Amino acid sequence: MKIVTAGKSSFRTLNAEVREALETENDVRIEDVNGQRYIGAGLDRGKRLEVHGTPGNDMGAYLNGGAIEVFGNGQEAVGNTMGGGSITVHGHVGDTLGYAMRDGEIYVEKRAGSRAGIHMKEFREMQPVVVIGGTVGAFLGEYMAGGTLLVLGLEKHPDRPIVGAHCATGMHGGRIFVRGDVPEENVSEHISVLRPGEKDLADLDRFVREYCARFGKDFDAIMQVPFQKLVPTTSRPYANLYTPN
Amino acid sequence: MLKREGEVRIPSGCAISAIIDRDGTRFSGADIIESIALMHDRSNGLGGGFAAYGIYPEHKEYYAFHIFYDDNDARVRTEEFLFRHFDIETFEQIPTRKVKSIRHAPLIWRYFGMVPQSKMRKNDYDADEYTARCVIRINNTITGAFVFSSGKNMGAFKAVGYPEDVGEYYMLDDYKAHTWTAHGRFPTNTPGWWGGAHPFTLLDWSIVHNGEISSYDANRRYVEQFGYKCNLQTDTEVITYLFDLLVRRQGLTLETAAKVLAAPEWDVIDRMPDEEREICTALRAVYSGALINGPFSILVGFKHGILALNDRLKLRSLIQAKKGSKTYFASEESAIRVICPDPEYIEAVDGGTPVFIPFAEVTD
Repeated sequence: MKIVTAGKSSFRTLNAEVREALETENDVRIEDVNGQRYIGAGLDRGKRLEVHGTPGNDMGAYLNGGAIEVFGNGQEAVGNTMGGGSITVHGHVGDTLGYAMRDGEIYVEKRAGSRAGIHMKEFREMQPVVVIGGTVGAFLGEYMAGGTLLVLGLEKHPDRPIVGAHCATGMHGGRIFVRGDVPEENVSEHISVLRPGEKDLADLDRFVREYCARFGKDFDAIMQVPFQKLVPTTSRPYANLYTPN
Repeated sequence: MLKREGEVRIPSGCAISAIIDRDGTRFSGADIIESIALMHDRSNGLGGGFAAYGIYPEHKEYYAFHIFYDDNDARVRTEEFLFRHFDIETFEQIPTRKVKSIRHAPLIWRYFGMVPQSKMRKNDYDADEYTARCVIRINNTITGAFVFSSGKNMGAFKAVGYPEDVGEYYMLDDYKAHTWTAHGRFPTNTPGWWGGAHPFTLLDWSIVHNGEISSYDANRRYVEQFGYKCNLQTDTEVITYLFDLLVRRQGLTLETAAKVLAAPEWDVIDRMPDEEREICTALRAVYSGALINGPFSILVGFKHGILALNDRLKLRSLIQAKKGSKTYFASEESAIRVICPDPEYIEAVDGGTPVFIPFAEVTD
């Protein structure tokens, strides 16, 4: 594994160095990362980055099948518009996790900020998945059009609900799973809160096992609490916002 | 004349950062410069600035005026006004260091002044009000002069440039403050000029702001009814006056003022217990003109502490961290970790939820 040290270098310098290293290596470790943006952007299938420190905004943007593992916390827009591959964060992340994500999987050990999964979408075999171990902020799954969001709420915050206000505002596709009760006042209009079906339970089993494998958590303990499923009741929540028909 | 802001539209974002020692221990500006420098890419070199509290203990009873002048003529006219309205204890050019990227500097002076007893007897308002009126008067009637700082035992330092260069220019590593705030600017809507850099101040209020206030004009009309003049075409200016109006002049607590600016949504108010619901309903009705809309994260410094506030919809990032007696805020987590690698606490500031960190009583 090749090692690149980030330190205070600019994101351009760092990312050029990483790309150069990836030309001859499949595994690259980046150490001492201090907020440099766009790390691993467009990373291709078969390539793997290990990130130590605090990667900057848009880490893994347009990820193209590659894998990124972060030992530290992510900032805003982790996995922005990613089209495939895998991101693992051993820590928490900021706002807009998985923004407009189209395929692949993101596993976050702890909490995520607001607007996680905003504008996620799916198409046939492209079924993106985001798993968040802690709680999430406001606007979870805002304008969500497809894919799966899963919130485990393992580390409760004294002042914060498992899911923040305005959950699933404008959601018109995909599904959100929340472990435990969802505060009713935080769920937007046009959203049904259901019990997961058989296919859902099989998927949940798989996602939670994967979460536990990545972060060394106890699967049985997590599964003791039942899950809720949030789905939109309409595919066009704003069809009549400005006109009656 | 200093070029005030015009009509060119430049859309994008900014960076903010702050460090407070709650015990009142003073420390140099090196750390705040390092923090804001890490977010270099969030600004574009068209504005950087700092506010520092506790820097003038030897003059702490005096209003410290920091003033930009286009030319000596503006200085002479302003000094004629200042010496007539204040007992000026001492004045000097603010020391600066040559920095290649900081150009077209105005003349930059500071004055330590007290309101004369004779003036106090004549007026039915206090020294703060008298001073605020004088500052507004200079900024609006003396061409080529701009007071950019006017509080006691604090000061703003700002310029057109990247914040780390601005910090070096003003030699902030030579100052010691118990609280620092910083701003890196990426002007939205207008090009930058020296006075338009953050922080925006009046008396001991200082505001650094990342975002855009879409309710600016409604807020401007509101504060102008109370004698303020918003002529910088910069939305942050109006937030400074809102805090001054609500807290200093009308006596609201800082928490209540924060509830006015980032008022709870109506459906949240509907779910509140009776008394709280009545208060919040009344605040929204009385102060509808002071409600701020649009994406913002702001750090408000004043004589009792620092307030962090995010817009209700959480459209800007803002992180808080604590270690020992210090509290940190920054637009990005990395900008805190670069100066505090192992915080005991690190969390995002929630939308519409004010975080107030009071200063300790500072003894010198």
